[in-house]
Amino acid sequence: MKKVGIVGHGITQFSRSDEKIETVLLKSVKKLFENNSELDKEHVDSVLVSTNNESKYLSPILSESAGIKPKIAHSIESLCNSGTNSIVSAYSYIASGLADMVLVSGAERYDSPGQILQWDNSRGEFKHPIFWASIFAKSYKRKYLISDEQLASVSVKNHKHAKENPNALSNKTYSIQEVMTSKKLTDDLRLLDCSRPCTGGASIILASEEMTKKITSNPTWITGIGQMTTSASFTKNSSFSSMESTKLAGRAALKMANKEIQDVDVAEIHDAFTVCEPMALESLGFSNAGEGMKTINEMNGTDDFKINPRGGLIGCGHPLGATGIAQTIEISQQLQTEAGRRQVDGASVGLVHNMSAAATSSTVLILEK
Amino acid sequence: MNFETELSNGKFCIPECEKCKKITWPPAEFCSHCFGTISLKQITGDGKIIEFSKQGEHYFCMVEFFEIVRIIAKISKTPKIGQTVKISKCGIKNGDHFFQII
Ligand SMILES: [Zn+2]
Repeated sequence: MKKVGIVGHGITQFSRSDEKIETVLLKSVKKLFENNSELDKEHVDSVLVSTNNESKYLSPILSESAGIKPKIAHSIESLCNSGTNSIVSAYSYIASGLADMVLVSGAERYDSPGQILQWDNSRGEFKHPIFWASIFAKSYKRKYLISDEQLASVSVKNHKHAKENPNALSNKTYSIQEVMTSKKLTDDLRLLDCSRPCTGGASIILASEEMTKKITSNPTWITGIGQMTTSASFTKNSSFSSMESTKLAGRAALKMANKEIQDVDVAEIHDAFTVCEPMALESLGFSNAGEGMKTINEMNGTDDFKINPRGGLIGCGHPLGATGIAQTIEISQQLQTEAGRRQVDGASVGLVHNMSAAATSSTVLILEK
Repeated sequence: MNFETELSNGKFCIPECEKCKKITWPPAEFCSHCFGTISLKQITGDGKIIEFSKQGEHYFCMVEFFEIVRIIAKISKTPKIGQTVKISKCGIKNGDHFFQII
């Protein structure tokens, strides 16, 4: 298979703004080309759009607005992991030789219809994500004797990281006490346990090995991809205290990259809710079962930015279609030593974990310098 | 006769394949194992609470029937893990399915 590199990226400020989806998409593409003046639009032969927005024909619209005439142009939707699904598609187009340079642009508005999976009637009246998150939290706390206070520290850490990220929705730090006394949503979930819907866009350009080497002297490479979909219904999950799809996707991605989890220096984890972070760390193998919080507390104590350096979904906000791309941009910047005050020293292998609908599907990417 | 029509009349049915006798859950037009025709069986037997939480004054529980059919249902009394329950009320309200257990 041909090698695929990341040659440029651009991202918008994540906010609660009321812009049209077309505008949000175009803004991150504008940023991308401003950041990378060496990129020639003429070389972009595919444009993929990642979003849950209802608007149609967004890839041709974005292409026209950006002055690109791509061969391949279409949208990709898979709820919260639309972004990494689009990157996987772009990778496949390049690795197969169908495309040479692919622009992947993800965007969402704060009022995205992707937040609720109407189809899943097994959830009864409880379709909002706070209900699956409450079941996860309750189950995880019960199984491993974890307290609300411990879970609150995930939010403390990720808000602290987001403070160093100029594009993040949140610019504030919170104490454990503030998380624990934030608005109560259910017995097992407070407002600051949750990532917030927002408006944001993120774009990335992937290219063939030959093209990548021609364009940049500081590329990063996608060396591992793992994906797994176990179901679409939340109630079908085999466990509510671990993530089966994440386990399988993580294993596949590491195998493809010929790496062990211990080799990973920095990772973006899909912390849609606080409990998701320890669960994902355990399912990926960063921590033993039930010890994810121990790993997180150690990092919190030493100001180690290894997990969710950009602030995760909790700190950055969660514009569904843009999230997986924003995560990938962060890891790419970390490997390029361009992450500023969030930089993890000597990062050479990075991981992206992006999932959908209560971990019924997961994508894991491995990136290397 | 389909699952939603029965449910809107307050009846909770189990979708079972006429050919392979397996249950397809969530309900669908055809069997998810062999694409056989689905027929509905009146539910018999109890469900079991496998997890729960609470919003405001209302508990919501993950309930399992026959180790495969799972729903999220309301209960009025404090639930316990492993507790056996029956569906006392169900239907469709504002397009959403709802289930009440005792
Ligand atoms: Zn069948």
